[in-house]
Amino acid sequence: MDVLFDILGSANFWAAAIRIATPLIFGVLGALICERAGVLNLGIEGIFVAGAMAGWLAVYLGAGLWGGVLVAALAGALFGLLHAFLTVILGLSQHVSGIGITLLATSVSYFTYRTALPDVTSPPRIAAFQPLNIPGLSDLPFIGPALFQQTPLTFLALVFVVLVALVLYRTPLGLAIRAVGDNPASVEAQGLSVVGLRVGAVVAGSALMALGGAFLTMSAFDAFFFGMVNGRGWICIALVVFASWQPGKALLGALLFGAFDAFQIRLQAQIGQVVPGQVFLMLPYLLSIVALILVARRADYPRALLQPWTKGQRH
Amino acid sequence: MSLRLEPRDHASVGLKLTVSLAAGVIALLLVAIPVVAAGGTPLEAYWLMLQGAFGSMFALSETLNRATPLILTGLAAAVAFRAKLWNIGAEGQLYIGALAAVCVGSGLLQLPPALMIPTVMIAGFLAGGLMMVIPTIIKQRFGADEVVITLLLNFVVILFIQMLVEGVLKDPLSMGWPQSVPLIAEAKLPKLVPRLRMHWGLITGLVAALILWLMVRKTVLGFEIRAVGENKAAARFAGIPVDVTMLKVALISGGLAGLAGVGEVAGVKGYLSSDLSPGFGYSGIVVAMLAGLSPVGTVIAAVFVAAVFVGADSMSRATGISSYIADLVVALSLLCVLVGSFFLRFRVIFERRQVGA
Repeated sequence: MDVLFDILGSANFWAAAIRIATPLIFGVLGALICERAGVLNLGIEGIFVAGAMAGWLAVYLGAGLWGGVLVAALAGALFGLLHAFLTVILGLSQHVSGIGITLLATSVSYFTYRTALPDVTSPPRIAAFQPLNIPGLSDLPFIGPALFQQTPLTFLALVFVVLVALVLYRTPLGLAIRAVGDNPASVEAQGLSVVGLRVGAVVAGSALMALGGAFLTMSAFDAFFFGMVNGRGWICIALVVFASWQPGKALLGALLFGAFDAFQIRLQAQIGQVVPGQVFLMLPYLLSIVALILVARRADYPRALLQPWTKGQRH
Repeated sequence: MSLRLEPRDHASVGLKLTVSLAAGVIALLLVAIPVVAAGGTPLEAYWLMLQGAFGSMFALSETLNRATPLILTGLAAAVAFRAKLWNIGAEGQLYIGALAAVCVGSGLLQLPPALMIPTVMIAGFLAGGLMMVIPTIIKQRFGADEVVITLLLNFVVILFIQMLVEGVLKDPLSMGWPQSVPLIAEAKLPKLVPRLRMHWGLITGLVAALILWLMVRKTVLGFEIRAVGENKAAARFAGIPVDVTMLKVALISGGLAGLAGVGEVAGVKGYLSSDLSPGFGYSGIVVAMLAGLSPVGTVIAAVFVAAVFVGADSMSRATGISSYIADLVVALSLLCVLVGSFFLRFRVIFERRQVGA
């Protein structure tokens, strides 16, 4: 028990939890927007890789850090557009298209990295985002180092939670996006374009996913590694279900996950001699599976998820 | 001129073949762009790839050696997707099959090869199958989506394998490398041709494709699988035991992926390590889609994908263009064949606009 309290009582732990949660917040929000509009986006894993690589490469080639963030978002949006074309406009299988996008985005990123930097042996570094120092807040005892010494992208992720919640629940656009994933016929009856709304949602959601990837190479680390995304995208797809497609719960889910992950890393340091390291590394994936199983029965999937729409269609 | 889409109720075999072929060709043509971007000449690159994949007996053996696991993981995906069971976990099932082969075949049992090899294969099949039956039961009992669970299980399994080959299964004679104890000679799959890497796993794959082809066409289970895949509610209404059928599909699908793992351990490496598969499980999905989920087509598609990988490796050594070009071809093939499936569903009709009609 002492171990538990030692860990939970350190500001360092909470700071790590939020740091680990940040890419997941972007990813879950992105997946949530797509699914709310009725489109499952299994391209997420590859879009994470693309965002991580594109953002990092842009900065490496001389763009500013925020320029890199923009490039990452654009890369994500581009793959989102391809997914939307295949699944919304042509009405093809969302599962297969998503997996295809993941394979394509990953291989494009790896190929580009290898081609742009043919001779490097160790991954080159960039000057990544540094933790912000917010006068007053960052200096508070415990709370300061735990919550307010994060990099700008973490704060951006939190802003997006609020923004996505506001748009989804407080604007006509949000109403239309939610309706298009539940009952597209009603949207068309209003004279709105089902296809347009879905394409827009998938593109925007994919751009957000890419920011999750960009956080990895531009904030959490300062270089691009092969295999660095390591299933984070798939975890987001599980977390969306856990969050019942709500931005607030998405934030909560990502934070819980981050706290758990930060906890297992510290626990590993304490009892790592007895238990092999891989057991700890497995825990995040197992936790996602367990979370998915626990909520599955109650999960209120958007009713038109996975269902393509043709103009003028009747049920 | 206007463009009209008319749904097809049936796509002919010829049309399916054309679509798959076109998808592969278009994917190959599209990678001309990255080849040029990397400073290469597309025609030279294609020629080198072709030579690298088929240009000598050695190249052909390497291609077929690479196609062997892909036939099996391709069949694994094909049979599952046909029943609309989204098994994306072939990678993990492959490793579990390989693990079972090592557990049974590294000295625990001492049998002559004629008994040992089938034992190792059955163990790998059952272990891989179980790895897919579990998520299927979870889906049936709790309603949890099998896509995400099988995807996440891939990561769990690879970590589990890493743990074992660094721990209890570690070969004391491996000079510190994280690899398992080797299989005994009796458990190893014989080579097809002396001094070439092709092994009997290829025959296993071909036989599996044949059995699956017969099963889908001629047996009750095959009929049930097709019925469940086309319309679950209607199948249930018609009295087909949907849940049991799904479990059988899961066992077969995971089992085939497990056999792929057995082949890699017993036919190629001789031991288990956590880098046994460079994504055979994921490539199997592409193979199955390129084959239009047909068992016979899977064999051809597996050879195509294997040729792309082996050819790209050899082309990469000659030109310095990154061998990730192969992954690009494979990903693009999947997306092209997906677009092609649009033309299987719809007939595109150009018609002259009739004034005043």
